[in-house]
Amino acid sequence: MNRLKEAFETRTKSLLMTFTVAGDPDFATSLEIIKALENGGADIIELGLPFSDPVADGPVIQQADQRALASGMNTDRFFDLVREVRKSSDIPLVVLTYTNLILQRDIHTFYQDAANAGIDAVVVADLPYEEAGPYITAAETAGIAPVMMVSTTTSPERLIKILTVKSGFIYLVAALGVTGMRQKTDPVARKLLADLKSRTDIPIAPGFGISDREQVREWTEAGADAVIVGSALVRKIEDSLARPDTLISEITAFVQSLR
Amino acid sequence: MQLNTRLGEYGGCFVPETLMGALEELEDAFLKIFPGSAFQKELREFLTTYAGRETPLTFCTNMSRDLGCRVYLKREDLLHSGAHKMNNALGQALLAKHMGKKRLIAETGAGQHGVATAIAGAVLGLEVDVFMGEVDIARQALNVARMNMMGARVIPVTCGTRTLKDAMNEALRDWVARVLDTHYLIGTVAGPHPYPTLVRDLQRVIGDETKKQILAAEGRLPDVIIACIGGGSNAIGIFHPFIEDKAVRMYGVEAGGEGLDRKHGASLCGGRPGVLHGNYSYLLQDAYGQIIESHSISAGLDYPGVGPEHAMHKDSGRIEYTAITDTEALEAFLYLCRTEGIVPALESSHAVAFARKLAPDLSEDTIIVINLSGRGDKDVETVRRYMEGKQ
Repeated sequence: MNRLKEAFETRTKSLLMTFTVAGDPDFATSLEIIKALENGGADIIELGLPFSDPVADGPVIQQADQRALASGMNTDRFFDLVREVRKSSDIPLVVLTYTNLILQRDIHTFYQDAANAGIDAVVVADLPYEEAGPYITAAETAGIAPVMMVSTTTSPERLIKILTVKSGFIYLVAALGVTGMRQKTDPVARKLLADLKSRTDIPIAPGFGISDREQVREWTEAGADAVIVGSALVRKIEDSLARPDTLISEITAFVQSLR
Repeated sequence: MQLNTRLGEYGGCFVPETLMGALEELEDAFLKIFPGSAFQKELREFLTTYAGRETPLTFCTNMSRDLGCRVYLKREDLLHSGAHKMNNALGQALLAKHMGKKRLIAETGAGQHGVATAIAGAVLGLEVDVFMGEVDIARQALNVARMNMMGARVIPVTCGTRTLKDAMNEALRDWVARVLDTHYLIGTVAGPHPYPTLVRDLQRVIGDETKKQILAAEGRLPDVIIACIGGGSNAIGIFHPFIEDKAVRMYGVEAGGEGLDRKHGASLCGGRPGVLHGNYSYLLQDAYGQIIESHSISAGLDYPGVGPEHAMHKDSGRIEYTAITDTEALEAFLYLCRTEGIVPALESSHAVAFARKLAPDLSEDTIIVINLSGRGDKDVETVRRYMEGKQ
């Protein structure tokens, strides 16, 4: 059984999904950080496979992508890293990346390699429903869950089509704009969550702008199946890089502070 | 989407989910408002009485004598703003206004598209923010000043390569955040559907006029048409109306930079297909698909991608794509200044340079049309430094 599916089906509370960029700031530290996230209480690990031109991401994740690429991260190394994680962990692993990196490896090869390495689901930030067909087919063939995104600007007609996909979860874009921390949750997005919950059994996971305990709690109470925290955590990593001795304990503490 | 989003196998809509609604809205306006006689009349009026269309087709006596064939220049350099970018900026700004948008954003490399958008925003009463890479701000100071004078904000882009590619990334990021009141006025035939088609339909006026003008002057179609290509909007603009005229040979000239084996901006000549900025087309990229930094002396051609319609014409062989180096372009800039008293943009100088290369193989009754996409005032400082360096 898919680890992600099992996590959602056996959950007793909202799951915490943490996002970090694979290879930020380097391969070895990234592995340590992933362990710290799991130790701190993350239920699902979302890993960014960094792209040179991440148009959906704000400055914090852009810089993390740059640090990772500068330290030699690429698609081969990414799967190496996932295999390393899998040696000692059964935590559900989700990839977030951009279309071109999948396309250049060959769509089927990418999903097959991802499955072999131990990935459970793949989110593609610049791949709307209209373009996703071949990617969904390849994902399903490889036993990987595709993940569709829904935003408050998604039209009712498109939403109907998006809900026909057997997504591992629906990534609810909780704020207009790029990834990055926000002060408040968007009431329109909360309403969208309620609407989605009434229409589908697919788990819903809001992300974008969710940065602290208060916001995690709000989304949990609104009925989110999982809550995604990204930029705030990546910023924490960035801030802590100057203190390598306490980096790992600071990250564990940060994840613990989220609930 | 209501239309086929592909041009051949290229194009498409590879954008974050949040933008899909805005692209559907734009496509809807493109289908319903754009073809309407009221909109077309208003646009034609602007292009004629405000921007200065039609632009002349100039027969170049001296250059023709020198090159041994009949050379014409399509004078987009004489259009208001100093480049063909005005055709697109006025058209999209007018469409945005009809759609009820309050604000325009644009990316710019050389600054010509930014200037054209600033002009369109000023005359139509729309707020304008232009994203421009720090590197380009430094090398195109004149255009930055022009944009500011017309009330546009120029927002420096400090991430990535700090050139056109990253300006486009930042514009897309801004659009995702302000999608409800903002129209993203893309300056070239790239980006997600429907931009490549919309921008082509706004730029084809160049080719439509050229066809009429050359028939009046020569009584027949040209043998050769040459245009420079960054994203490819001036080139598609002049090529498109001649696509079915199979006897007309067409050449798209990319930025060869320091040479195709070194740093360059020639995605069609030196890249392979991939997805960037919302569309599938030829790109400069490494084995994994990470985008490689492009290079060109001309900021307007310094881009690692190209419009999907060019990718389609490359594969079909209908248009031939080639590249000209920085040095060849600089020499062509000076050549046109001295031979014809016309100061071309460094971008357009690439097309002039290729005409000089091609000429020895042509007979004297061969008719060449070069699309002189813009004027070179903005490049005077760059060329002056080149001349000093040669001494």
